[in-house]
Amino acid sequence: MWKYVVKRFLLMIPTLLGVAVLIFVLMRIVPGDIVELRLAGDSGVVSEELLKSERARFGLDQPLWKQFGTWMWGVVRLDFGTSMWTGASIGQEIKLRFALSLQLAIMATAIGVFIAIPLGVASALKQDSWVDYVARIVSIAGIATPSFWLGILMILVLLVVFRWLPPMVYTPFWVNPWQNLLQLIWPALAVGYRLSAVVTRMTRSAMLEVLREDYIRTARAKGLVETLILKRHAIKNAMLPVLTVTGIEFAFLMGGLVVTEQVFNLNGLGLLFVQAVAHRDYTLTQALVLLVASVFIIVNFFMDLMYGWLDPRIRYR
Amino acid sequence: MAINVPFDAVEIAAAEEARAGWWGAVVDFARRRPLGAAGALVVVFLVLLALSANLIAPYNPVAVDFGAMLTRPNAAHWLGTDAFGRDVLTRLIYGSRTALMVGFGAAVVGSTLGAILGVGSAFFGGRIDLYLQRLMDIFIAFPLIILALAIVAILGNTIPNLVTAITIPMIPRCALVIRSTALSIREMPYVDAARAAGFGNARIIMRHMLPNVMAPYLIMLTAFLGQAILLESSLSFLGLGVQEPTAAWGLMLRGAAVDFAESAPWMAVFPGLAISLAVFAFNLFGDSLRDALDPKLRTL
Repeated sequence: MWKYVVKRFLLMIPTLLGVAVLIFVLMRIVPGDIVELRLAGDSGVVSEELLKSERARFGLDQPLWKQFGTWMWGVVRLDFGTSMWTGASIGQEIKLRFALSLQLAIMATAIGVFIAIPLGVASALKQDSWVDYVARIVSIAGIATPSFWLGILMILVLLVVFRWLPPMVYTPFWVNPWQNLLQLIWPALAVGYRLSAVVTRMTRSAMLEVLREDYIRTARAKGLVETLILKRHAIKNAMLPVLTVTGIEFAFLMGGLVVTEQVFNLNGLGLLFVQAVAHRDYTLTQALVLLVASVFIIVNFFMDLMYGWLDPRIRYR
Repeated sequence: MAINVPFDAVEIAAAEEARAGWWGAVVDFARRRPLGAAGALVVVFLVLLALSANLIAPYNPVAVDFGAMLTRPNAAHWLGTDAFGRDVLTRLIYGSRTALMVGFGAAVVGSTLGAILGVGSAFFGGRIDLYLQRLMDIFIAFPLIILALAIVAILGNTIPNLVTAITIPMIPRCALVIRSTALSIREMPYVDAARAAGFGNARIIMRHMLPNVMAPYLIMLTAFLGQAILLESSLSFLGLGVQEPTAAWGLMLRGAAVDFAESAPWMAVFPGLAISLAVFAFNLFGDSLRDALDPKLRTL
């Protein structure tokens, strides 16, 4: 078991390294660099020399492998450098936004799972009944509706019907929890609906599969009470794929809410991402991509370990 | 017994059965899965709409009419007009072209390349499989929207480039699913037989393995159709996808649609409905297709 954990852990390193190489190369291929973009603002003649000295200041005159080496050496020491655009340290830039994105992701996941699991289980238990049909239509609609559009509709309804708008300035939870929740509950609902749709579908299909297993028939044959069969045998086993998909969706929420954040005027990681790429802020973009990819890879790592805990039949090698 | 029947009679009967089988399968599908058939019907409707957009659209999609800015839905403009006085219904109809072009383009290319990679990876196994898998891991861990963002920034904002940007993240996701099916097919006797007969790797992959991963392939393809349309609308909404004045649903939700949402809600409501309806129909059809072909396979 421990051997597996260590091996699985070490396997995360080449993947992260690959992600690092990919974003490093991608950013250098994107036309234009930070120096050009910054100086373009001072509409006027920019001397070749100024461009050169500015590039040297950011270390962009170094050969690529050296730039990559410097960055990696920093990453190993958990030093991501400073943002090329603002000059502030990357940690400082990311901290508040990370807190906001994390809170939103947790709220949306909680809302989604809270709706999805009972709905998915009910849908599977009453397959082809009206409960099942309603659950399936509601969940397919959830996947089909763009979250950002749902957000626009929510704001519209709040505005037109209740003559009220959620606060548009972010207040951290520890400063004023009520104000904070009042703002974040709406995007969490908009995104949570999509997540609940994905999880409902997975719960349903996993339950349907598990309910046909031999051990369920055995449990019924020995006269076990139906609720116990469900609790102890069916749901626990069906939770494996549900857990995986929830984990993947959660990781996606950390960096993928670019559009929804824009609609709700939230300054989260998604918005920072778009700005960083637009500014050709290499250091910030690279750090953000590594961060989001790490969240995804670490979530996957824990999901794999959970498998062994939930399903003892899985043996690790 | 078939032994006494003349050879060509068997072939004719087989051909007839196949024809009946094809049409019969469609009828059977519609009867057994009404939800899926409803989805398919909407898809067919959308395709017809896109093909005949220039015939049925009441206005010119790019004609600006400052005399009719932000008109409420009425007899002349069924779904109202936008901030430039362009007819919303017309732009919705033309927008279906963009959505379907990007959707079909990205889904077909993405799942086909994914299938080839997945089958190849499973077929060759060993080191090639290992390296390909690691490569897929990297692309799957990479934030999807950033990949699309960077690709659009590198290649520029045209529709084919947009398709490329949406296709690339799809390839590894499809390859993963296809690979797991292909792994079991590789062990089938007919693959051994083909190898014993001296066929080359390319022929075995194309003729013997690819046709047998058709079920997961079709399922991934239909699942990707909806996702591609959603991704396109998100990118267009951010201003990174289709550019004005081309009609696209995501683009219609951008800018003025949000600013004037309170006074002219039709601008924000209808394009979103169009996106949802299209993706909903594709998913409804895809779901039923999956249930019919391979119920154990899981898509989003």
